[in-house]
Amino acid sequence: MNYEAVIGLEVHVQVRTNSKIFTRVAAGYGHAENTLTDPVILALPGALPVMNKAALDAIIKAGLLLGCEIAPVCKWDRKHYFYPDSPKNYQISQYDQPMCRGGAVEIELPGPARNVMGEHKKIPLTRIHLEEDVGKLNHGAAESLVDYNRAGTPLMEIVSEPAMHTAEEAFAFLTSLRATMVYGGISDCDMEKGQLRCDANISVRPTGQTTLGTKVELKNLNSISFVRDGIAHEIKRQIALLERGGTVEQETRDYDGQTGLSQSLRSKEMAHDYRYFPDPDLMPVKVDEAWKARLRAECPELPFEKQRRFAASHQLPYTLTSVLVWDKALADYFEEAASLAGPGRAQAVGNWIVNDLLRELGGAKLEVGQAKVRPAHVAALVQLVEAGTVLANAAKEIFIEMFATGETPEAIAGRRGLNAAPADAGELELWCRDAIAANAKALAEFKAGKDSAINAFKGPVMKAAKGKADPKLVDSTLRRLLAAS
Amino acid sequence: MAAELFFQTIAELGALLDSRKLSSAELTRAVIARTKAVDGRVHAFNSFDEAGALASAAASDARRAAGQARGPLDGIPVGLKDVIAAAGQPLTASSKILANYVSPYDATVTARLKGAGAVVWGRLNCDEFAMGSSTENSAFGPASNPWDLARVPGGSSGGSAAAVAGGELIAALGSDTGGSIRQPAALCGVVGLKPTYGLVSRYGLVAFASSLDQIGPLARTVEDAALVLGAIAGHDPLDSTSFQADIPDYHAGLKQKKGPWRIGIPKEYFGTGLDPAVGAAVEAAIAFYRSQGCEIKEVSLPHTQYCLDTYYIIATAEASSNLARFDGIRYGHRASGAKDVVDLYFQSRAEGFGPEVKRRIILGTYVLSSGYYDAYYLRAQKVRTLIRQDFLSAYREVDALLTPTSPTPAFKLGEKFDPLALYLCDIYTIGVNLAGLPALSLPCGFTPAGLPIGLQLIGQPFRESELLAMAHTYEQAHDWHRRHPAL
Repeated sequence: MNYEAVIGLEVHVQVRTNSKIFTRVAAGYGHAENTLTDPVILALPGALPVMNKAALDAIIKAGLLLGCEIAPVCKWDRKHYFYPDSPKNYQISQYDQPMCRGGAVEIELPGPARNVMGEHKKIPLTRIHLEEDVGKLNHGAAESLVDYNRAGTPLMEIVSEPAMHTAEEAFAFLTSLRATMVYGGISDCDMEKGQLRCDANISVRPTGQTTLGTKVELKNLNSISFVRDGIAHEIKRQIALLERGGTVEQETRDYDGQTGLSQSLRSKEMAHDYRYFPDPDLMPVKVDEAWKARLRAECPELPFEKQRRFAASHQLPYTLTSVLVWDKALADYFEEAASLAGPGRAQAVGNWIVNDLLRELGGAKLEVGQAKVRPAHVAALVQLVEAGTVLANAAKEIFIEMFATGETPEAIAGRRGLNAAPADAGELELWCRDAIAANAKALAEFKAGKDSAINAFKGPVMKAAKGKADPKLVDSTLRRLLAAS
Repeated sequence: MAAELFFQTIAELGALLDSRKLSSAELTRAVIARTKAVDGRVHAFNSFDEAGALASAAASDARRAAGQARGPLDGIPVGLKDVIAAAGQPLTASSKILANYVSPYDATVTARLKGAGAVVWGRLNCDEFAMGSSTENSAFGPASNPWDLARVPGGSSGGSAAAVAGGELIAALGSDTGGSIRQPAALCGVVGLKPTYGLVSRYGLVAFASSLDQIGPLARTVEDAALVLGAIAGHDPLDSTSFQADIPDYHAGLKQKKGPWRIGIPKEYFGTGLDPAVGAAVEAAIAFYRSQGCEIKEVSLPHTQYCLDTYYIIATAEASSNLARFDGIRYGHRASGAKDVVDLYFQSRAEGFGPEVKRRIILGTYVLSSGYYDAYYLRAQKVRTLIRQDFLSAYREVDALLTPTSPTPAFKLGEKFDPLALYLCDIYTIGVNLAGLPALSLPCGFTPAGLPIGLQLIGQPFRESELLAMAHTYEQAHDWHRRHPAL
C-alpha cells in the first residue's frame, strides 16, 4: 500500500527586541546566569507586567509579511502549568485571539537539478501569536538549576496548517520562514541560540484517504536539517508500524539528531488543562489602521519577490538569483553594484558577486557588510573588463586584491601593471592565421555553420599572446580571416 | 484637653511639626512607645523596623529644619498592610509561605509615601493574602479590635484599621478587593477609602484578585484620607491597569466641592441581616444629609443578589492564578525532603498556605477548568458587567449612593466558623469592587455596646474629590472620629 504523510509545523521564533516583552530588563543571549532578571522576570510578589510595544510591532510586521489577517485588538491570556522554568507558573500568551490568522509561507521545492528552479507552493498558516519565553533548566546529577535570562523574551508561535506532505517541504518551509523573519528584521533566527525552534505534527494515511491519521508530535528539532531528518524518520517509523499491522499512538516524541532516533516523551492522557483566562494585569491594546500602515511601510520585499524581479528586470539566470536573494545584504549589494555599473551589466556584476565575492567572503569568514570591496568597485571592474582595459585573468587578480585592500580596481591595475597592453595587430593576425591553419576540423565545422567552433581557435591565440590580447579584437580578427578562408 | 499625640490627625500634627512645637522624631517615638504598650494585645503589627523609622524621622526633621519639608505627610508615621512591598522589609502577606521573605523593592505607593516624606513604619497584620473579613486568617495569629479586644477588627486590612484606631499609627495603607479597607474601617471606627480601580498603582501589591484589588488609605479623618490619597494616586508606568489622568488636589477639594448632592439609597442594601443599631445609625446619617438640603432618593441595584456569587468566582479564579508563583522554587517556604519537583510543589504549598487560601485556590482552579470556564468565569464576567451597569444607571439620577458599610458591628473572635457566614460580611462592599467604583467608609455612630458603626458612601468613577467632600461635610457636623478606644 502507498502512504501519504501529513505534516504541520509549530515554529517558535524569538523576537529581537532590546528589552523583554513585559518588563524593561534587557533581552539577550550568552550572559551570566540570572543577570537579565528583575522583580517581573522572577515573579516576585507584587510585580506586574507591562507590554513592550516593540514586540507587538514585530508580530504585526511578521503577519503583514506573511499575508495574515491582523487582529484589531491585542489580547493577553494566562496559560497555566507548573514547572520551574516558568516563574509565575503561568505563561502570558494569546489563546482565543491570536494577533495573526491565515497567511502563508511561499516555499520552493528542490528542482530537477541544482541550476533549475523547483516547484513553488504556498503553505497556509493557521495563526501566529505572541507569548513570553520561559527560563532554562540545567540538570545536574544531584540538583537542577534554573537560569531565567531567557524568561520573558518575546516569542512568536507560528502554526502552519497540516498542509505539507514531505520532509523536503517542511525543510523548505523553515528555510523560507527564516529568511522572511531575518529580512523583516524580526528575528535573527539563530537556531543554535534557540531563536528559532520547531515542533512537527506528523501523521500518515493510505494514499487517497481524506481523513487524517493519528498524529505524533515531534519535539526538539534543533536545526533545519534535524527537522528534515526527524520528519523523514518519523514518517518511515509510522508507515513501518502500520505495515506490521500496528497502530500509531497519539504521543509526543523527542528526536535525537545525533542518533537519528526518537523516543516517546508523553502520551495524550497526560495532556495539560492550561486553564486559560484573560490576563487581568494587561489591558487589551487596540491596533488601528495607522499603526498597521506604519509597519506596512517598513516591510521589505521578500526573497521570492526579489528573485522574480531580478529575473524580469535584469534577465538574471536562476543560478544567480537563487544565490543573490537569500541574504538581503547581498541582494542590496548586487542592486547597488548593478545600478552603478549601468544597463546591460547586471549579469556580469552578478557573476562577480556570486563567484568571486562569496568565495572570498567564505574564505575570510566575513559577512557581506564587512567586505572592504564595495559595490562601486565591482561596478568599476565590470566596466574596465568590458572596455578591454583589463583582461579576464588580470581582473580576477584585481578582485582578490580589492577584497583584501579595498582599493579601486583602477589603482590596483595601475600599481601592479595589470592594464591590458593589447598585442600588436599584425602579430595578432599571424597568430590567428596559425591557429586556423592548425585546426582543419574546427574550420570545417565553422564553415558548416557551427558558430561556436570559433572558440577552438581562441585558446591557441590567447596562449600565443600570453593572455595579453583583447578578446574582442581576437574575435573580430578570427571572423574576418575565417570569412576569407 | 488635646488628644494624645498618637491620636491626633495628620492635619493637626502637621501644624505642630511646621511650628516646631513637635519633631518627627518625638512623634515617631511616641507612636513606637504606644505600639510597644498596646500591640501585645491588639496584634495589629506583623513586624516593625524601629531603627528605620527613627532614621526616617530624623531625615524628615532635617528637611524641615532646612526649609525643605515635602508637604503634609513629611514626618508622619504611616504603616503598610503586609501585602504592600517596601524595600528591605518583610513582605509576608500574613502567610507561612512568605514568612521569611524580604522584598528587594518598593511598591509604587511605598515609594510615593517615602517621596512625600512619610515615616513608613511597620508591617500590618491582615488575613492571609488578604483573603478574609476578620484578620483571623493570619498565619501569625489574629488581630483584635481596639474597642473590644475580644472582637475582630474586620478584615482583611484589620491590622491597618486596628493600628489607626488604637493610636499605633497616624494613618495606614490597606488593600480592598471586596471590602477589605472599608469593612475593617467601619468595625474599628476609622475612615477607609477604596479608590476607583486604576487610580492607585498596584505595582508592589501582592496580588489577590488583580481586577478587583485597589490600595487605599485608612485614617482618622476624611481630611487625612484625602492627604494620603493625594500622595499615592496617579498613573504609574509599571502598572498597565493604572489610569492616565491628572490627579486633582483632594485636600483642597474638601472645601471647594459643596453640596447639596443627590444621594441614592439602594433598597437592596437594607434587607434582612442588617443589625438594628447599624440601620438606625445609617438612617440618622440619611436624615443629616436631608437636613443639609440633599435630595434623598431610593434607587435599585437589581443585580445585587448576584454580587457575592460573581465575586467568589472572579476573585478566586484570579487568586488561583496569582498565587501559582508561590511554589518554593525561587523564594518563600520550601518543604524539605521532597522526592521530585511535583512533590516539592505539593508539599511546599500544602505546608505554606492556610485553609482559607487553599479553599479559594481550589475553587478558582475549578472555575477555570476546561469545560467549566464558560459556565462560571465567563458568565460571572457577564454578570459583572450587569452589576456595573446597575451602578452607572443609578448615577444618571443621583451623585452618590449611601449604604451601611457592614451589616453588623464587630463580631467576636472565633464566632464565625462557617466560611459562608464570613463571606456575608462583605455583601455591601463587594459590588463596589465588581463595578470598579470609589467608596469610602466613615464612622457614623456606636452601638449601645460601644462598638463603632460605619457609613459607606459610593461615588462615581474617578470622582474621589466629590466623595471625600461629601464625607467631610458629615464629619464636620459629628464627633464620632474624636472618640478613641481605651486600651
